[in-house]
Amino acid sequence: MVDMQTVEVESDLLILGGGMAACGAAVEAAYWAQKHGLKVVLVDKAVVDRSGAVAMGLSAINQYVGLRDGQNTIKDYVDYVRNDLMGMTREDLVANIARHVDSSVHLFEKWGLPIWKDEKGAYVHEGRWQLMINGESYKVVVAEAAKNALGSDSIYERVFIVGPIMDGDRCVGAVGFSVRENKFYIFKARAVLVAMGGAVHVFKPRSSGEGQGRAWYPPWNAGASACFTLKAGAEMTCQEVRFIPVRFKDAYGPVGAWFLLFKARATNAKGEDYMVTHKDELANWAPYGQVKPVPANLRNYLGMLDLMAGKGPISMRTEEAIQKIVAAAGDPKEVKKKMREVEAEAWEDFLDMTISQAILWAASNTSPEEKSSEIAPAEPYFIGSHSGASGAWVSGPEDLAPPEYFWGYESMATVKGIFCAGDASGASSHKFSSGSHAEGRIAAKSAIRYLLKENPPKPTVSGGQIDKLKTETYAPLETYSKHVGATTQPDVNPNYILPKMFMMRLQKLMDEYAGGVTSQFTTSGALMNRALELLAFLKEDSEKLAAPDLHELMRCWENIHRMYQAEAHVRSMLFREETRWPGYYFRSDHPKLDEQNWHVFVNCRMDPASGKWEMTKRPIVPMKA
Amino acid sequence: MPSFVYPEKCDGCKALDKTACQHICPNDLMVLNKETMKAYNQEPEMCWECYNCVKICPTQAVDVRGYADFVPMGASVVPLRSTDSIMWTVKFRNGTLKRFKFPIRTTPEGKAQPAGGYSTDPSLDGLALFTEPDSLGLPAVWTNKK
Repeated sequence: MVDMQTVEVESDLLILGGGMAACGAAVEAAYWAQKHGLKVVLVDKAVVDRSGAVAMGLSAINQYVGLRDGQNTIKDYVDYVRNDLMGMTREDLVANIARHVDSSVHLFEKWGLPIWKDEKGAYVHEGRWQLMINGESYKVVVAEAAKNALGSDSIYERVFIVGPIMDGDRCVGAVGFSVRENKFYIFKARAVLVAMGGAVHVFKPRSSGEGQGRAWYPPWNAGASACFTLKAGAEMTCQEVRFIPVRFKDAYGPVGAWFLLFKARATNAKGEDYMVTHKDELANWAPYGQVKPVPANLRNYLGMLDLMAGKGPISMRTEEAIQKIVAAAGDPKEVKKKMREVEAEAWEDFLDMTISQAILWAASNTSPEEKSSEIAPAEPYFIGSHSGASGAWVSGPEDLAPPEYFWGYESMATVKGIFCAGDASGASSHKFSSGSHAEGRIAAKSAIRYLLKENPPKPTVSGGQIDKLKTETYAPLETYSKHVGATTQPDVNPNYILPKMFMMRLQKLMDEYAGGVTSQFTTSGALMNRALELLAFLKEDSEKLAAPDLHELMRCWENIHRMYQAEAHVRSMLFREETRWPGYYFRSDHPKLDEQNWHVFVNCRMDPASGKWEMTKRPIVPMKA
Repeated sequence: MPSFVYPEKCDGCKALDKTACQHICPNDLMVLNKETMKAYNQEPEMCWECYNCVKICPTQAVDVRGYADFVPMGASVVPLRSTDSIMWTVKFRNGTLKRFKFPIRTTPEGKAQPAGGYSTDPSLDGLALFTEPDSLGLPAVWTNKK
């Protein structure tokens, strides 16, 4: 095997990831670090300009509370999030993000993000909490501020993080490798901020060919955050709370603007609106089902009832919505003008953030003002920042967190020295891009406070430990070069498995046994026990992963990360003996909501030494009044 | 295929240490073939069609063909991105042509100032983050502590 140079990088605070949360962390940490003489380093698997979930752009900012203008209160936001998650929410965390998020949005505007304004200069809302933006360069602008704050010498790009470096119960850094050069990285740090996104492709996607890449959430978010915190021995929460977005079918274009801004209906083949015809079903999911807005999973569920009864396809009635808006404009000249305006808005919604959907419209000769478009539930995703909730169990802020949720430093995991933000932290849904940025800032300031108050020692990593980590990291390259000559074609070999087939094996078992698309999002205790059997074989075979080059080596590790996310998910769904989020998943053996026994968080922890899992219930406690 | 490269337009970024598309791809998909000095997408089925390679290419050599497993053929969506706006040309399968132009930023490239012009002197033990409370537009950060 090629000799890999070992590069050791020391810092006080190590930021892992380069997306919205990590960029927020960078801006905040840079300020405090300069003031107190500390060193901050950021590591991204891609380039910060266009990495993470906002890499393509966005057409809206989904969290803006509007405190400045007295539009809403913190309590309003907390109430909205708690209900949308069927009661499973850490109010202290949600309120903490909500009180800072407007600051991040105002900064984005100063940095150069165009936010839509009305004639009076006020922000144009898509919905109560959502702002419309010209967001093609959203990430570029946010990354630019982070880079200008931190300085390019402190940013390592195209370095893939494999996992944590531990010193007893304390995290002292991270191990990674360059995907472009023969360089092995040991990042030593006194505190680590995890912000490496959620997970995609744990479940089999609907597309079977090229379209596999068109996941709703980006395919490069591969479970790095969850695996990192699990391997460090951190307690995790809401690992059962996957998210299934209902989006424009196949290309996954956003529906928010259509439902909220354009007030479109979605109807089945008979022209029936499932939100109307299945309204009575909501009573079975009280009290959550009877609150407005109806929780996202229940909206999904009502649509799925039609689909499962064969009443599809379900269509977004774009033509109806546009005609209605345009008709209200008045005289023919105004109608024409309004039509041009709405048409441009509709296309920009896709061109800003899901260009594939624009291609699909063009390829199917679809003009939204003339023809409706099909919508459908996608496959399951792990995204604690959106309407999912999976992530690490972190401390709340001192002024808001009840004693059960407070252990000294907000955003700190149950492992010393690890701070989490964005998709990496759990039970604080609906932070989206802006709230993730704000949470990155919160976590970074907290990490700096931890460094200054606790003064954790400078980490030492022994030469022996480095050698061991290096061997583990590059094992798939070694396996490949050792065995590739054993057969006449490199992709079929009894001695190893390539990462793509490994991923497909994971996806197939999750799809069939853990409630994926093929099984209509339905699972049971028996099915999940079967999933765990198959996952155990997969875990053993992960030692036989092989990679011909650095790109494929990254793919090997991404799929190991996905595998850990998968196991945490299955174990948590298995532990929670009820169906709380119909529309995300159903347990056929426990088909009802059980408030008496399951109005609790499901948390899990993997013992890093033994690999054994512990499942626990944690109480739901409101924030301090 | 998601993104693909026209050989007659790709100049391999004139043998710089890496091509622009290789530099920007969030999923590490674009590669330079050192023999032909042309770039290509090494894993089309992992392409998100984020268009970052298309937007950054200095010779407009990168384009996108809709996913073959569900998109009918014959359409194209082509961006032209400048420092403050982006222009899109959308061609339908039936030949219909649409053009849209949207702003992308309001400040000069590279000039985003971290503090955004907000004055700031928060304390490490207080609730305010960098730029707060000024950037909130409020006198203080909200709390329910009595």
